[in-house]
Amino acid sequence: MTQVAERSTPVSPQVARFAAEFPAATSSSQPHWLGKLREGALASFERLGFPTTKHEQWRFTSVTPIAEKTFALATDGPSAADAALLAPIGGARVVAVCVNGRFTPGASSLSAAPKGVQVMGLEDALASNPSLVEPYLAKLSTSETHAFTALNTAFLRDGIVVLVAPHTVMESPIELVFASTGGSRPTMSHPRLLIVAGEASQAQILERYVGRGVTFTNAVTEVWLGAGAVVDHYKVQEEPAEAFHIGSMYLHGARNGNFSSHNITFGGSLVRNEVVAVLDGEGIDCTLNGLYVARDKQVVDNHTTIDHAMPHCGSHEVYKGILGEQSRAVFNGKIVVRPDAQKTDAKQTNKALLLSDDAQINTKPELEIFANDVKCTHGAAIGQLDTMRFSTCGRVVSGLTKRGPC
Amino acid sequence: MLEIKDLQVRGGGKEILRGINLTVKTGEVHAIMGPNGSGKSTLARAISGHPDYEVTGGSITYDGKDLLAMAPEDRARDGVFMAFQYPVEIPGVNNAYFLKAAVNAVRKHRGQPELDAMEFMAYVREKAKILSLDPGLLNRPVNEGFSGGEKKRNEIFQMAVLEPALAVLDETDSGLDIDALKTVAHGVNQMRSPTRSTIVVTHYQRLLNYIEPDFVHVLQDGRIVRSGKKDLALKLEEKGYGWLEAEPQLM
Repeated sequence: MTQVAERSTPVSPQVARFAAEFPAATSSSQPHWLGKLREGALASFERLGFPTTKHEQWRFTSVTPIAEKTFALATDGPSAADAALLAPIGGARVVAVCVNGRFTPGASSLSAAPKGVQVMGLEDALASNPSLVEPYLAKLSTSETHAFTALNTAFLRDGIVVLVAPHTVMESPIELVFASTGGSRPTMSHPRLLIVAGEASQAQILERYVGRGVTFTNAVTEVWLGAGAVVDHYKVQEEPAEAFHIGSMYLHGARNGNFSSHNITFGGSLVRNEVVAVLDGEGIDCTLNGLYVARDKQVVDNHTTIDHAMPHCGSHEVYKGILGEQSRAVFNGKIVVRPDAQKTDAKQTNKALLLSDDAQINTKPELEIFANDVKCTHGAAIGQLDTMRFSTCGRVVSGLTKRGPC
Repeated sequence: MLEIKDLQVRGGGKEILRGINLTVKTGEVHAIMGPNGSGKSTLARAISGHPDYEVTGGSITYDGKDLLAMAPEDRARDGVFMAFQYPVEIPGVNNAYFLKAAVNAVRKHRGQPELDAMEFMAYVREKAKILSLDPGLLNRPVNEGFSGGEKKRNEIFQMAVLEPALAVLDETDSGLDIDALKTVAHGVNQMRSPTRSTIVVTHYQRLLNYIEPDFVHVLQDGRIVRSGKKDLALKLEEKGYGWLEAEPQLM
């Protein structure tokens, strides 16, 4: 608490309210370096404050609904009533569950993990074998410039770690369930996921977000893709309509790695997904796919950044959305091609289907190209269903819009 | 079939290969392994005649001919095929047309009659079937919009259609998941014949679980530092390339 009080920078009441929960995320087993890291991140969060629509990266998305609310750090574990909520959907044999940011061994089944694959709670790993995670943890996430990532790192306590040893091929997927359970008052959690895929390994990982009640889930995922490794990542966000969700994924790719992300958003009142992929080796193939379906007054914001740092990398990005009623979506696709990244092949597509007159999408490609022998394409298409309505009804497809049949 | 003697090659202003000796007999499969930057890809490119690489010494004899005196397209007509590490997109050129032109150039060179469109389509469809490849690849522009895995599969498809006498695969396995790797290996295995030689350049041993090589060579600093049978690859996987420096050369 004293650390918070001593800070000289004046912070807004909203920031102070979030920062006040800081000590609650401290545990006695945390290594010293983690304490330093968390304090640094808290200072960054206080310095940065909540972004406003004056920030270019937040122009179309106001986080006021989050900043104005008081969220207590969630402390509840799983209750018996949540069994259905926590149940995996993917048919995976290896399932790890986090409730309110805390790894929950009781709901997880890790015994089927094949040789060379370690799935464990982050707090357990930090307590028993910190050297396993120290080289990777918070090395990709940018607390310096991103307020929500800083906030997550400040509250870094627990989460899930997935380590795939070099040359290990996992033929069946791993499912990770992150549940946020709100009670009588709004709660927040800051789950952390660290995935390290060793050289020439292969893994398929499903990351799911579920919950009940008014919650704020501020998740950070870091993925280390080793040389020649193949990682297939799925994120499915199906939290309830009153939930707030900010999820940031940071990827570091090494030579000849192959990464694909499939980012699917259904729930939440305000959802922001960020993907930052740094292609830091030759011959990396990176696929970013996204799908969102929004209704009522949902806001779904997808921000992606692909940083082509080395030659001969390919990136393929397709984001598609369906927006009904008064929902709003944002897509911002940034592609950086650095001077060394010759022979880059980057393709970006964003398509949205608007089901009502009030639905809205703001889409923006952002290409920064500093190399001269590259191929970069981008395109966006927005369609309104109303004009297609008659033809679909004419084909006896009715009930597509909430206005009922033709 | 192929005899490489004291081959020295420069590329990008640097000396890369410093005296390679390698003999590949007809029907053999040779694997070339080695750490990044050891010269594996340079060797493959020197065999196929890549213009960015300058041969400063030594010789390559192919089928009794001086391969180095031949232009890349002449090497290709004579049955040298290279599956590229980074296949290039050729927008606007349909895969089928591209392959038909290539196949007929080879047939003409061999004094065989050229295939017409009907014969050609029947021929490539059959090839796609043998390799368990999606024939839809044929109707798309060469590599345009292909994923990394599709590009590599397309290289194998081209190899199968062209039926080379000497196939050089330059890290065709890189970045592939296990299923795509099996498809590629299946393609190479289908192509194995007593009249065809194959050089497989790879960083990882895993591909060699599916394509069993007759010989394995390890390249380091532009020289072959060790040659052996399949077990050499397994030992490399287990001990890493550093092990070669620790133990004296046994050649």
